[in-house]
Amino acid sequence: MKLRVNGKDHEVAAPPDMPLLWVLRDLLGLTGTKYGCGVGQCGACLVHVDGKPRRSCMTDVADVAGKSITTIEGLSADASHPVQQAWAEMDVVQCGYCQSGQIMAAAALIAEKTKPTDPEIDAALGRQLCRCGTYQRVRAAVHRAAELNQEQKS
Amino acid sequence: MSILADPNRREFLKAATLGAAGLVVGFYVPAGRRFAHAAEAPAAPAAPPLPQANAFLRIAPDGTVTVLLAHSEMGQGIWTSLPMLIAEELDFDVSKMKVEHAPAAPAYFHTAFGAQMTGGSTTTWSEFDRYRQVGAIARALLVQAAAQRLGVDAAACRTENGAVIAGDRRLRYGELADDAAQLPVPASVALKDPKDWKVIGQPTRRLDTPEKINGTAVFGLDVRLDGLLTAVVARSPVFGGKVKSFDASAALAVPGVRKVVQVPSGVAVVADHFWAAQQGRDALKVDWDLGAGAALDTVAMLAEYRKLAAADGKVAAAAGDAPGALAKADKVVDVEYVAPYLAHAPMEPLNATVRIATDRCDVWTGTQMQTGEQMAAAAITGLKPEQVHIHTTFLGGGFGRRATASADWVSEAVHVATAAGATVKTVWTREDDVRGGYYRPMVVHRIRAALGSDGLPAGWDHTIVSQSVMAGTPFESMFAKTGIDPSSVEGAADSPYLKAIPNHRVQLQDYRAPVPVLWWRSVGHSHTAFAMECMVDELARAAGIDPVEYRRRLLADQPRLRAALDLAAAKAGWRSPLPAGRARGVAVHESFGSFVAQVAEVSVEGGRIRVHRVVCAIDCGIAVNPKTIEAQMESGIAFGLGAALSSAITFKDGRVQQSNFDDYRVLRLPDMPKVEVHIVPSRERPGGVGEPGTPPIAPAVANAVAALTGQRLREMPLRLRA
Repeated sequence: MKLRVNGKDHEVAAPPDMPLLWVLRDLLGLTGTKYGCGVGQCGACLVHVDGKPRRSCMTDVADVAGKSITTIEGLSADASHPVQQAWAEMDVVQCGYCQSGQIMAAAALIAEKTKPTDPEIDAALGRQLCRCGTYQRVRAAVHRAAELNQEQKS
Repeated sequence: MSILADPNRREFLKAATLGAAGLVVGFYVPAGRRFAHAAEAPAAPAAPPLPQANAFLRIAPDGTVTVLLAHSEMGQGIWTSLPMLIAEELDFDVSKMKVEHAPAAPAYFHTAFGAQMTGGSTTTWSEFDRYRQVGAIARALLVQAAAQRLGVDAAACRTENGAVIAGDRRLRYGELADDAAQLPVPASVALKDPKDWKVIGQPTRRLDTPEKINGTAVFGLDVRLDGLLTAVVARSPVFGGKVKSFDASAALAVPGVRKVVQVPSGVAVVADHFWAAQQGRDALKVDWDLGAGAALDTVAMLAEYRKLAAADGKVAAAAGDAPGALAKADKVVDVEYVAPYLAHAPMEPLNATVRIATDRCDVWTGTQMQTGEQMAAAAITGLKPEQVHIHTTFLGGGFGRRATASADWVSEAVHVATAAGATVKTVWTREDDVRGGYYRPMVVHRIRAALGSDGLPAGWDHTIVSQSVMAGTPFESMFAKTGIDPSSVEGAADSPYLKAIPNHRVQLQDYRAPVPVLWWRSVGHSHTAFAMECMVDELARAAGIDPVEYRRRLLADQPRLRAALDLAAAKAGWRSPLPAGRARGVAVHESFGSFVAQVAEVSVEGGRIRVHRVVCAIDCGIAVNPKTIEAQMESGIAFGLGAALSSAITFKDGRVQQSNFDDYRVLRLPDMPKVEVHIVPSRERPGGVGEPGTPPIAPAVANAVAALTGQRLREMPLRLRA
C-alpha cells in the first residue's frame, strides 16, 4: 500500500492491521516515534494524520493509507517549529523518550488553538505520559510555543 | 548523533578496551558509598592518581572537543554537568562540546564503586575531581604545546575560550591538539580556585536537547543494524515458574516469525519486526511448571508483614532503652505505615540488541551497569569480558531498573541471540515491564513512640519489614554481612531525628519472597522518609506543636537539614493563611548526600487528593548546574507523587494484577503541581540530586491531607476514606 509520510510517498508491504507505529519504526526506519505502551495509554507514539493527533500504536496502517502522516522527523527540517523552539528555550527534556509524542501533541494543539488555556492543555496533553516528570515545563513550553507561533505569523 | 556509524568511535573503542585485562576484579567490590552519610560521602580520596585524560576527552585538529561519559544519561542531566566540569578547567565553551557515552572499560570505573555504573545519585560528586582534572590536564598540555611552538615560557600563556594566548599570539586548541598529544602527561595539576569558576554554578542548558526534540536521539529501542531481527519472550506468569513444554506451530505460522527458541527465562519468538514477534508470542502455547510462586498473594503477605512487625527482628540501630522508655511513658503513639510493591516503569521498555561473532559480542542497550552487563555477556558467550563491547545508548528512563546485579534483560537478550544464531533485539512489552518484577519492595513500618513532658519523643521503637534488594545478589555478601541490608533501613536507622531521641531502636525483619526486588529511585528512602516524616508530624500534632517548629527542635544539631527546612517554610509562607479547603504539609529528609525540604499545598476535590503547589528547598552542596538541580527536584517530586497518589503492584494467585499504564497508574500532566525550587547556597562538596527530591513528597502530601481533613493516611498509595 501507499503511505505518505513527511511529504514523501512510500510503498509498504505490511499486513493491513499492522499498527502504524511499527510500520514507521521497523519498516520505514523512522524511529523518532516511540513505543511506550502499545495500548494508547501513554502517547509516546503520537503522530499527525492529516494534521490531527493520532496514537500510531492504535492505528491500523490500512486506515491511513493515502492520508498525510507527519512524524517528529517531519515536523520541521531544522527544529524551527515553534514547539521545538519553545522546548529548547525551556529546557524541557530529560530522558527524552516521551518527548516526540509530547511535541507532536503540543504542535497539534497550537495549530488548533491560538492561545491554549491550562484546561485545554490538560485535555490535549493529559494522557501524554512522562516518567521524568517534565510536565511543568511541558505546560510552560506549550504556552511559550503558542506565543512564538503568533509572533511568527504576524 | 549516530552511535552506530562513527568510525572514530569504533577506533577509540578498540583502543580503550585494549587494556581491559584487569577487568574481572572489579565489579562486585563496590565500597559502601551509596549508603554513606553525607558528611563522608562526597569526600574524595586523599591523593587520587590522575585520570587517563585521553579516555575522557578528545580534541580533534578541527577543534572539535568531545567528552566521553563514564556514566549513563537517563534524563538526570549528566550529559551537561560532566562536560561543564571539564569545560571549567579547560576554558572551553561547554555549549560547543560534543558528548558521547564511553565504551565499557576499566578506565571508566566509578571512582567509589570499582565498576562502570550509574546510580545512587553519585555521578556528580564521584566525578567532581576526575572530570575537572581531565580538563586541567588537557589545558596544561595545550599550554605547553603552545609555549613550545611560540618559544615562550608556559607561564607567559593563558587560556580563554578554546585558545591559548601569549601576548598577541592566539592558538586555537585544535591547532595544538596533535602536538599536545605527544607530550608527557603532567604528574600533578592544580584545579581552579572556586572563586574563579566561570562554568560551575552557572545555569546551563542541556546539551542533549537538539537530538531529543527532532527524533534523532538514539535509545536502545532505536538501534538499527543490517539483518536485525526482533524478539519478544514469553516468560512465566508467576515468578520462579519454568517451561514444561511449548508448541511453536501457531507462532511459526505468523507471517514474519522466523524462529521460536527456548532460553532460560522462557520462550523467545524471533521475527522480522516487533509486530510479528508480538503476534507470534500471542499465538505461542507454553505449558508452565509454576512452582511455589503461584501461591503469592499480597493481601496474605501484608497480614504476615504486620505480624512480623510486632515481633523482634535484627537490630539495625539502638541507643538507650527504647522498650523501657515506652513502658514508662504516659503517652504512646503506636502506628503502622505501609508501602506497596512498585514498578519503575521507565517510558522506554527494556531492550537490548546483541550481535555475536566468533571473537566478539556487541551489545547495544541503555544500561546503568556496563561492567555487569559486560561480564554477564562474557559468561554466556564464553568470550573474554574485553571481547564484549557495550554500546550505551540514551536511556529512556532508568530509576534503578536498568541496574540489576543479574543483568537480567541483557543476559536474556544474549541468550536469545545465541539460541537464534542471529543478531537480535529483544524487546519487553509494557506488560512485560509491569509484570516482570524487580520492584521496589513492599514494606511495613511499625513505630511506637513515647512523648516526653516537653512534647518531644522520649522513646522510639521501630520495626521495618521488607524484602532485601540485595538478597541473593553478590551485593549481599558485601553489604549485608550482619543480615541487615542497609538499603532496607537507610533513612530510618541513620535518621538525624533519632540522634535527638535518647532511647531508640530500629529493627529489621528481612522477609523472603520469590518476587525480584530492586532499588527504585531513592531506594530505602522511598519508604523510610514516608514513615519517619509522617510519624514526626503525628507526634508534633499530638504534642500540639507546629510541625515545622517541632522538626526544628529535633534537628537542632542538624544545620543543613534545618536550613533547608527553614528555606522551604519561608518560601512557602508556612504560617500565612490559605484559602478555605486548602492545607499545607511539610517533610524534610536527607539522602544521597543532600538535604531536601518540601512543603505541599493540597485540597480534596470529589474525594481525590489534589496537590497544587510544592515548594522545595535543597542543599546539595556546590550547585554545579542549577538548571539540572531544579529539573531533578521537579522530576523527583513527580515520580514520588505519582507513587504516593496512585501506584501499586499487587499479586493474586501469583499473578501481578496490573499490566499497563491503565491499571499501573503514574502521575499525569493535569496532576502535576506547581513546583518551586530553591537552592541553599553552599560551598560544601556536591551531593546527589537525581534521587533526593523523591523521598519527602509522599509524607509532605500525607501530612497536608491530615492537616486538612484530620485523616491520617498511613498506607500508600494514599486513599481517603469516604
